[in-house]
Amino acid sequence: MTAAALRPARLGPRDVVRVGAVGLRTRPMRAFLSALGIAIGIAAMVAVVGVSASSRADLDRALAALGTNLLTVAPGSTLTGERARLPVESEAMVARIAPVREVSAVGLLEDAKVYRTSRIPETDTNGIAAYATRTDLRAATGAALRSGTWLNGATASFPATVLGSTAARRLGIGHAGPDVQVLIGRTLFTVVGVLDPAPLAPELDSAALVGWPVAQARLGFDGHPTTIYTRSRDASVEQVREVLGATANPEAPNEVAVSRPSDALAARKAAGEAFTGLLLGLGAVALLVGGVGVANTMVISVLERRAEIGLRRSLGATRSQIRTQFLAESLLLSLLGGAGGALLGTLVTAVYALYQGWPVVIPAWAVAGGMAATLVIGAVAGLYPAVRASRLSPTEALSAA
Amino acid sequence: MIALRDVTKEYAGGVRALAGVSLHVEPGELVAIVGPSGSGKSTMLNVLGTLDRPTSGTVHIAGHDVGRLPDAKLSALRAHQIGFVFQQFHLAQGTKAIDNVADGLLYTGLGPGARRRRAAQALERVGLGHRMGHEAHELSGGERQRVAIARAVAGDPALLLADEPTGALDSASGDGVMALLRGLHEAGTTVVIITHDREIAASLPRQVRMRDGLITDDSAAAVPS
Repeated sequence: MTAAALRPARLGPRDVVRVGAVGLRTRPMRAFLSALGIAIGIAAMVAVVGVSASSRADLDRALAALGTNLLTVAPGSTLTGERARLPVESEAMVARIAPVREVSAVGLLEDAKVYRTSRIPETDTNGIAAYATRTDLRAATGAALRSGTWLNGATASFPATVLGSTAARRLGIGHAGPDVQVLIGRTLFTVVGVLDPAPLAPELDSAALVGWPVAQARLGFDGHPTTIYTRSRDASVEQVREVLGATANPEAPNEVAVSRPSDALAARKAAGEAFTGLLLGLGAVALLVGGVGVANTMVISVLERRAEIGLRRSLGATRSQIRTQFLAESLLLSLLGGAGGALLGTLVTAVYALYQGWPVVIPAWAVAGGMAATLVIGAVAGLYPAVRASRLSPTEALSAA
Repeated sequence: MIALRDVTKEYAGGVRALAGVSLHVEPGELVAIVGPSGSGKSTMLNVLGTLDRPTSGTVHIAGHDVGRLPDAKLSALRAHQIGFVFQQFHLAQGTKAIDNVADGLLYTGLGPGARRRRAAQALERVGLGHRMGHEAHELSGGERQRVAIARAVAGDPALLLADEPTGALDSASGDGVMALLRGLHEAGTTVVIITHDREIAASLPRQVRMRDGLITDDSAAAVPS
């Protein structure tokens, strides 16, 4: 029985957790509510990151399917502000650029409006544009057929048309067929095909596409393309882009507008991501408020459990063991909230992504980061109450009972 | 076991709870500290239990100079050498009797299995072997105090301090608790009972009477202090 033999026992990790859970066990409702605050914050953050990642994955999937090597050439405007025109030969010249694998073109038929029948008033054009179309357009743009067939060498010379998805809907045409006809200009055209939406060439959605020869023969088409579509080798897209303007219109390269439709799609998503940042900030605020809730709960818990603290001190608990107990309680509380929130956020992401038809992606870093944030918040929220509990003098604590 | 020398304790505001007390208790004694409320006997218990440090004077408990020990070592001293019994029992609600007792050993460094074994033994010792699975609110007052005593002695402390152990009990339960404490004393434990009940005090081998922070009478005055 010497002074040196007095060594306070260490609590094992299991005992620390068990002692830390005493408060949660005896007041489950309060523990639930204060954990809920943390859970809402974490759920919001995980869901925001998850939804944005899922939509990103959907875009990547779409781009992978559509390809990012599509470049389009369109006439810009002349120096005097008039609309420029691409030379008739531009298509053939573009095809001579070495890395270009596919070339196709459409030519807008400005004077040919599209109607369901001849009885529709002339002004009701439905915003549908008629285009003279090369038969290889579908391969170049990746547009898929929903119904019927695509234009071929034969139908391109006859009054046959393929409708974009929006155009078909506006005209009230569900599917193609030999007896389905629409009026283009003054000629009845048979609808031989209907397209699905074309994400990389959205202008085709509201178009009625007819063959190049029939457009020249019946609709007064002058042969100047208004959009050239090219597919290049993936590695050479940027080089092709640089020379495309000068190749398409060597006389006036500045009158040519070159664009990459996949960039536009990606840019639209990027704009959405700025919004994601804002939502993430809101989630962080919710988390912070949840942390304040935990701190509040802990302060009250320490006040209420002074007798218990006194008893534990009389049973031999050191100051640091009391501190550890309340810190553990705070960490358990916020960890509980964090785990619940991560689960909830994952669930929200999954439901939303499945509803949108996206692949479900929950970035591991978001969940791990959320849990790390809860640990930090639990530690910060619990520190002050825990230190207060440990500083309580045992006699004062016991007499409070 | 206990050696107090000229101990004073003043609280903020100039209240003098102990005004120079010297007391010597040998191992294995059974002592009553008796006095009216305000006599300083509760402060005495806190000082004996190392829950409070004296303003001046020296306190030796089980051979350790309390004034020189840091908080962690004092805590270890309490965990291994001192058992407390309170008037209000201080049992955890919603927890079985055996877990209440086992949790009392939490800070002794024993593993969970050993704690439960010792708790079961201690409950047998106080005659509650059949009530181990009951929660505090399912027990009578006397049984609760016996659970609290089991918790205090489960770690085999050399010194048992009881603060008005029968104060919240009817006389039949109180007698049972007193018999239990006497039994522990006969088994070798040093027991100090603080009470304002002269009848209980008179039934114990040694009485220390207190008034206004001073010892006015010690039935074992022959023992040098």
